[in-house]
Amino acid sequence: MNRMPAKLALANPKVRIGIMVLVIIVAIAAVGPYTTGYGPLDYTGDIGAPPSREHPLGTNTFGYDVYAQVVYGLRGSLAIGLLGGVIATLIGVAVGLASGYLGGLADEMLMMITNIFLVIPTLALLIIIAAYIEQRGIGVESLIIGLTAWPWTARAVRANTLSLRSREFVYVAKLSGLGGARILVSEIMPNMLSYIIMVFILQFGGAILYAVGLDFLGLGPTDSISLGVILQQAVLWNAIQLGMWWWAIPPGLLIAVLLTALYLVNTGLDEVLNPRLRR
Amino acid sequence: MGFNSYLAKKVVVYTITFIVAATLNWGIPRLMPGDPIGVLLSRFSTLPQSTEVMYSYFMQAFGLDKPLHEQYINFWRALLSGDLGVSIYLYPRKVEDILLDALPYDLVLIVPAVIVSWIIGNWLGALASVSRRLDALLMPVFYFLTSSPYFWMAIVLAWLLTVVFPIFPPSGAYSPGLEPSLSLAFIEDFLMHWTLPFLSLVLVMLGGWAIGMRNLIIYEIESNYSRYMEALGAPRGLILRYAFRNAMLPQITGLALQIGLAVAGAITTEIVFSYPGLGYLMLQAIQNQDYFLMQGAFLVIVIMVLVSNFIVDIVYALVDPRIRYTYTGET
Repeated sequence: MNRMPAKLALANPKVRIGIMVLVIIVAIAAVGPYTTGYGPLDYTGDIGAPPSREHPLGTNTFGYDVYAQVVYGLRGSLAIGLLGGVIATLIGVAVGLASGYLGGLADEMLMMITNIFLVIPTLALLIIIAAYIEQRGIGVESLIIGLTAWPWTARAVRANTLSLRSREFVYVAKLSGLGGARILVSEIMPNMLSYIIMVFILQFGGAILYAVGLDFLGLGPTDSISLGVILQQAVLWNAIQLGMWWWAIPPGLLIAVLLTALYLVNTGLDEVLNPRLRR
Repeated sequence: MGFNSYLAKKVVVYTITFIVAATLNWGIPRLMPGDPIGVLLSRFSTLPQSTEVMYSYFMQAFGLDKPLHEQYINFWRALLSGDLGVSIYLYPRKVEDILLDALPYDLVLIVPAVIVSWIIGNWLGALASVSRRLDALLMPVFYFLTSSPYFWMAIVLAWLLTVVFPIFPPSGAYSPGLEPSLSLAFIEDFLMHWTLPFLSLVLVMLGGWAIGMRNLIIYEIESNYSRYMEALGAPRGLILRYAFRNAMLPQITGLALQIGLAVAGAITTEIVFSYPGLGYLMLQAIQNQDYFLMQGAFLVIVIMVLVSNFIVDIVYALVDPRIRYTYTGET
């Protein structure tokens, strides 16, 4: 319908600000490790030092440079968000499309499974899964998050499919003899693309939050660093009580800012697509 | 009649959900690569009186020498008799006793936090929807609050109010010297310890409620019935009141979903304040590889979420008569 959807979306101030912040954060993750001479687990010789020119975010109890940990950890967190978000979105969209389009018994079965997993608290489920995996990398963590975070997406996509299914152009496609799978892919999917992008943005943020929660409980990646792992270490070693705010506050602040930016983009896109929300 | 069949249907759905959750709880250790159950059982063999422990139903349920279906039946038999196994971290205490001791701390934290954040959040969201100026000012704050990891909010509050301004105690549910009682001194001490974890939960949840309420009211104000009232010359206050009341319904449904997130938030928040609820236990269980305690905590959390969902369903049916009518078959 619209020939320049990207331009239209960027006309919205929320989308613009959100994307700007996201670009900055991605840039930090991409370039950050080259701006510091330290690796995330390099002993610097300073222990628990406050922020200085040498250590922009100070050092922690083990003498690690917090800035180096944060820029490397950010990479890990973004990777988990991206992977976990993609998996959750794919499963959610597939289940939702199938359920909404097939209808009948298949719909009832799929929705029953969806509603059951919607009620079971995701983090609690993730905890018992992760606890039984001894070697956890970023890939495994993304996978289990993706496998547990999809239900709300399935429900939302199903509702969307139901409303699209009864539109004229779908009837026309049916009349012209197209098969069910073909109609789903070539008629219904394209009309939902913008919606699926919004879903992915939320799943991306959700995956980061779940990962941070798991990391914080000590169930994060065993072989690499992430923002959640930094926070876990900070709380475990009493960074707050020792007054080392530079160790405990910045990693979480970065997550909060990143998620705020994602929400802004999502809401902005919502306003572009649903003019009723604009004001 | 309609009300009862509505509730009956909900009970069936939640029972199925519980069965699935419990089955996952039973199946996950068996599905994982490696030999997690072997690790689990060997953790016990080094402890004193291990043969006695092995004799419990729950341990039988994990006995790998039996066929799978028998293990599953034993698991349910143990579960239904309230046997969740023995803790390693607090050996030889029973998991169910440990969990029941911790549960009240979660309830006094989560229930008030959900209710208070719901009320304040809806109120602030409604305010934002009415005034454009407030909207521009408050919305970024709401987005930031809802974006914050629960435990990070807890870290910030802990740093601000126990270190920078040492007003509140940093950890625990009450001072170590005190015995739990109903005396004024204990209650005051308890509330001082409770305030910060409570506040971190409220602050994060509040953002989500406010955003939801603001969007719902804007939808309602733009809808046909509001337009019609406007055309009839109804005062703005009246239109807003109707909009607000209609927007409340989805917010009540939202409570059901929020409870699961609130529990997850409480798990991590309790760790920051060493608050002795299920979350703090969960951390101890993870650090000590106490799998029975971990899995027991999972089941208790699921039951807690299911029960609160059921309560929300009841409230919803009481508030919205349409639900009751749908189930009488009159529609």
